[in-house]
Amino acid sequence: MDEATKSAVGEAVWRGFLRQDGRKGIRNLILVIYTVECASFVAHQVGAGEDDVHVIGFPGCYDNAYAIRLMLALATHPNVGACLAIGLGCEYTQPAKLAEVAAGSGRPSDWFYIQENGGTRSGIERGKAALQALRARRDAEAVEVEMGWKDLVLGAECGGSDGTSGLAGNPVVGRLYDFVIERGGSAVFEEVVEMIGLRDILLSRAASPAVAAELDATYQKAENYCKAVRQYSVSPGNFAGGLTTIEEKSMGAFAKSGSHAIQGLIRVAEKVPSPGLWLLDSVPDNHFMQFGYTNPNDTEGIMDLISVGAQIVLFVTGRGSVIGSPVSPLIKVTGNSRTYERMKDDMDFDAGVILDGQKSLDEAALDLMAMVRDVASGTPSKPEALGHREYFLMYKHQETPELAAGCHA
Amino acid sequence: MRCFQVNAEDNVATALEDLEPGAVDVMGSKTVRQVEAFERVELGHKLSLRGIGAGDLLIKYGVPIGVAVVDIPAGHWVHLHNCRSQVDERSSHLDGKTGAALDTVYG
Repeated sequence: MDEATKSAVGEAVWRGFLRQDGRKGIRNLILVIYTVECASFVAHQVGAGEDDVHVIGFPGCYDNAYAIRLMLALATHPNVGACLAIGLGCEYTQPAKLAEVAAGSGRPSDWFYIQENGGTRSGIERGKAALQALRARRDAEAVEVEMGWKDLVLGAECGGSDGTSGLAGNPVVGRLYDFVIERGGSAVFEEVVEMIGLRDILLSRAASPAVAAELDATYQKAENYCKAVRQYSVSPGNFAGGLTTIEEKSMGAFAKSGSHAIQGLIRVAEKVPSPGLWLLDSVPDNHFMQFGYTNPNDTEGIMDLISVGAQIVLFVTGRGSVIGSPVSPLIKVTGNSRTYERMKDDMDFDAGVILDGQKSLDEAALDLMAMVRDVASGTPSKPEALGHREYFLMYKHQETPELAAGCHA
Repeated sequence: MRCFQVNAEDNVATALEDLEPGAVDVMGSKTVRQVEAFERVELGHKLSLRGIGAGDLLIKYGVPIGVAVVDIPAGHWVHLHNCRSQVDERSSHLDGKTGAALDTVYG
């Protein structure tokens, strides 16, 4: 019997929103999506002052298959109940198509071009009117159901890591992952570029020889990519915080995967196929433009985790960070009690209690599990309450995943 | 003062607070032992638990996390100024204190 079984939090249930594909959301948001940077001002003005509206968008005029998959995955995310797509009118990406796919998934949806609606002021008015209509339909059509750990997909990212991240912040998330997976839930981790130096350890966690081969190919790609772009996933702040090499950072980052077997590999915007632990590959595939640029920042990785269906993302930051996310609440965990004290308004959870002996890893993971339950039940996380909604959608090339169901079976 | 040794085979430990020269408790196993620190090591940074020769592997979490580039006696700060990555050649071009890249041209 593990610690979570002894605790009431192991049996927790809360109210969620049932979607047509069977997934359940912990929020019922309206997502505004703009399809080119030129439409971003109007889109943000449409969303301004609306608590249940989040805004994302893609800056490029020339479209990109990867970015379109990502936008569609966010438009049909379990936490999203309605969708409004806004275009300027001359870009490649088609807002009508985004709205059509969202509508096909059972979500009230609308779209318009700013050029056809007169400009900034009338575009904002058109958008505000659309929100009212979408909100009314969303609320009328909402299907509220009971939800528990088995319905949850968690994501985890780390950023601003320091010497405490690998000792406390990431291990406590890893233990939480174990608890949630043992209750039929799902957990996703990514940052393959932060597994450099750990090939054998990664492969030893594969659920089968076939999965090990998949992980190996992904590992080799990430190593080639890092060599090609000459950038390993380690930053000046990491070094200043005591991390000396990418190998050291990798071991600390890998701790957030917990101890269960890795069921397989998924790509950005692919739904988690079945419960358990999954590795998300967000590293660009090599193509005619080479790998493109390096994965740019924490927000980009968080958006990738949300794209596979994570309703909540844990963000482990030893040095502290002030980002949040749209669509799915971000819960900020630090293993550095000094950072927690200094940035209390932004940090949700102090895992430093493990290092000063106040709590065992299991006890701290149970506290974190209770916090996840509360956020799933509707309590805003700190970045969510502060209004942080950072997003980052970029040009990238990844081979089109096999979307056919069962390809991972 | 305290530091944390993750794995029994590790030759470095992570400072749990800012360490000054003097006796430091090594946490991480049932029996707490002590090492002597000979220089300042900030929270989150690493302290050598025994002498590490130039070319020897640094071991943390029970796995190699880099290579010493000079002899590092026991009780010293282990970081960019005395070791390097086995894969990331860029980490040898960083400011030892701030970690800022020294190979980027700003004009």
